[in-house]
Amino acid sequence: MTSFFIKRLLLLIPVFLAVSMVIFAIVHLVPGDPIDNLLSVNSSPEQKAELVARYGLDKPLWQQYAIWLGKAVQGDLGDAIILKRPVADLIAMNLPHSLALGGFALIFSTVVGIAAGAFSAINKNGWIDRITMTMILLGSTVPSFWLGLLMIMLFAVQLGWFPVSGARSWDALVLPVLTIGLGGVALVARVTRVAMIETERRDFVMMLHAKGVPPRQIALRHVLRHALQPVITILSLRIGWILGGAVTVEFVFARPGLGSLLITALNQRDYPVVQGSLLMLAIAVMLGTLLGDVLQAVMDPRVRERIT
Amino acid sequence: MALLSVRDVSISIGVIDPVEGVSFDLDKGEILGVVGESGSGKSLTAMSVMGLLPRIGGRLRTGSVVFDGMELNTMSEDGLRRLRGKRIALISQNPMTSLDPIIRIGAQIDQVSTLHLGLNAAAAKARSLDLIAQLRIPEPEQIHRAYPHQLSGGMKQRIVIAMALAADPDLIVADEPTTALDVTIQAQIIQIMVDLVRDRGLALMLITHDMGVVAQACDRVVVLYAGRVAETNTVEAIFADPQHPYTRELIRCIPRHGQAPGSLKGIPGMVPSVMDYPGGCRFHPRCTQAIDICKALLPVLEAKTTGFAACHLSEARVQ
Amino acid sequence: MVALTALRTAVGSPRGAIPAGILVFIVACAVFAPIIAPYAYDIQNLPGSNEAPNAAHWMGTDEFGRDLMSRIIYGARTSLSVAVTAISISVVAGMTLGAMAGYFGGAFDRAVTAVVDLTWSFPEILIALILIAIIGPGLQGTMIAISIAYLAQFTRLTRAQIMALKNETYVEATANLGAGNFHIIFRHLLPNAITPVIVAGMLATGDAIILEATLGFFGLGAQPPTPSWGAMMSSGTAQIFIAPWIIIFPGLAIAITVISINLFGDALIEALDIRNRLRSV
Repeated sequence: MTSFFIKRLLLLIPVFLAVSMVIFAIVHLVPGDPIDNLLSVNSSPEQKAELVARYGLDKPLWQQYAIWLGKAVQGDLGDAIILKRPVADLIAMNLPHSLALGGFALIFSTVVGIAAGAFSAINKNGWIDRITMTMILLGSTVPSFWLGLLMIMLFAVQLGWFPVSGARSWDALVLPVLTIGLGGVALVARVTRVAMIETERRDFVMMLHAKGVPPRQIALRHVLRHALQPVITILSLRIGWILGGAVTVEFVFARPGLGSLLITALNQRDYPVVQGSLLMLAIAVMLGTLLGDVLQAVMDPRVRERIT
Repeated sequence: MALLSVRDVSISIGVIDPVEGVSFDLDKGEILGVVGESGSGKSLTAMSVMGLLPRIGGRLRTGSVVFDGMELNTMSEDGLRRLRGKRIALISQNPMTSLDPIIRIGAQIDQVSTLHLGLNAAAAKARSLDLIAQLRIPEPEQIHRAYPHQLSGGMKQRIVIAMALAADPDLIVADEPTTALDVTIQAQIIQIMVDLVRDRGLALMLITHDMGVVAQACDRVVVLYAGRVAETNTVEAIFADPQHPYTRELIRCIPRHGQAPGSLKGIPGMVPSVMDYPGGCRFHPRCTQAIDICKALLPVLEAKTTGFAACHLSEARVQ
Repeated sequence: MVALTALRTAVGSPRGAIPAGILVFIVACAVFAPIIAPYAYDIQNLPGSNEAPNAAHWMGTDEFGRDLMSRIIYGARTSLSVAVTAISISVVAGMTLGAMAGYFGGAFDRAVTAVVDLTWSFPEILIALILIAIIGPGLQGTMIAISIAYLAQFTRLTRAQIMALKNETYVEATANLGAGNFHIIFRHLLPNAITPVIVAGMLATGDAIILEATLGFFGLGAQPPTPSWGAMMSSGTAQIFIAPWIIIFPGLAIAITVISINLFGDALIEALDIRNRLRSV
């Protein structure tokens, strides 16, 4: 198992390098002098000179990249233009909120999704089945921010059950998690349902019945375990989707987090923050996908021997 | 009283009856071959003995299946489940897909002992290791820890046999256990099964399309054609003097050692599908000796000098 | 032609006809906006701001007193044109890349696959945000960002189709008759591979509309005064307590459009019977 994990980790390195190169290039691809893009408008020549020295902005491009990457790895992501604080600090402040949101949304999607999917599989065409199918349709066809806004309108404004925005208390997590989670639930439920129904038809399940294994044991210890595999697969493929949803939802609910940080910075053209948060988000996606791969390997021994 | 008594069984799937009027007995310690080409209803008969017909959308329309004095047709699902794996075990056709791919081999064999014999984990494992060794699989410990995909087809089938034997059943139903295996190991696996069954005094219902296997392993044989019994007798008697033209054809087709290349024989024509059963005797379109009555009247299984046959032609030998 | 009969089948059943009809209506709104919309989209009327839906303004007015329904009709223009253009570019580029990668194989294929796999695990929104960071907010930026974000999907799909078809005997036969590579690709492989990709493109347009609205909501899309569904909802959040319709109606417009696209796409997939070919990724 460890060799598998290490192999996968090593495969991520070229991906990380490629993505970081693109993110690094942002400052150079945007119209204008990179130096001006990194500093606020009224910077003094001394400040400019200091920046040039720090990042080697007078050196060839690849060297600049190396310097930037080197610093980034050590935790120096530059200073925010607007807020004039180290980007790393801003990220450190916001990351926990994003992790909480993403983590809970993932757990919610998984648990509720598997339960709904299993129920649907057992009561094919029952009412739970139909509700889940409708939710799937809705989950993929409405923009998540609209869903979030509707939730705010109904549950926060009208009913007053939850706070409208911010992250001051735990119940501020409920609506955002629900907003991201509903789309995820629909996806997980559909996959679970299909997987369970398909697994039931397989030969080894017939053999289990022939061995006299009680149906409940067959369903929980065998069929469900098989159904979990495609669920983990789809979740690990869609980790990026959940993160993307988190970005949007944070903005909608005015929650602190990497997403809000990024969007605000994009609007303000605060490039150091943009680069820093994009880098963090990219790393989050990659690590999430790696985790998904590892989980898949744990669940299915055949995956361990595959390379990609 | 026979251990297993199948009487006049008709199996229906939806509105069609792929199997009709099948009867045979099986005694303790006996190996009964159930022979026929694909589509003859062999597997369905096996499923009816296991009580698994509902799982494939079928049901026993008429007839009775009596196992050790108990009528399986009217038994509750709970009752059937208690018999399965413990007193009646199944070895199915395709070893590649009979085992759960994400659970270790050992655990799958242990499961039978734990479930039906109430053994704890250690005792079940010891029993499984013993069984694996009896099936002449080297390195039982390693195999116990292995996953199905790490084993060859032949090895997997031995594991399935081990699973079938684990709870000391009285009857084993083997549905074409070697069809999916390499020709070179088919005889080996059959021999292992026969040896183990004889040693333990079990009854074995061996389903196959290969008369050669019947000759090698069985005491008695039931020949099925298009869902009905064509002939049933002891293996000696049936090879010495087959009563039904179909049986004769099947025997004729067995490849012989030293046969000239290109001289392999088959039976012309195909088993009719359930939708197109011909009137009268179902074999008559392919029968070289069919007479007029064969086209009109379904022959009944009748006692002959030895055994039973359903053929209008063998009237001369009616007892 | 198979495609046309399938189209007829899809539109023939109610499952396909209703969404198709809705889509035609929405496209008509977009195309004929100046004629259909009761008001111009930028006429402000501050005394009449935040009016609930009434006879004069069927969907009410926004915070500047502008007629919401007219803005939504014009917004259809923005959203549809951005999404359709972006996806069209993406499909054409993706099909070219995918076809060449699948057909020629070798180093080119490996390079293309590497890039596709790279972007595969990243959500489209993240890719779009990275590109917007480079290009800058606005209509153009959104269009380019969306087309690149979906490029991987169509490249992969086409490549899979081409690789499956490449091994068919008729291709070998054509090659043996002396046909050149590009002839084989464009005259034989692509026309067969095209159908699933077109349908996938159609479904992706729905996603692209949502993506465009999301970017607009972030303030990164079409800039005012150009109306866009996303931006409307964004400015509407300030009025969430007093004028919720500003948020509800544009969202409803998006939902209806995308659901119709998905339903019609589904009907088309059934009629063409290509469900399994779309799973090739």
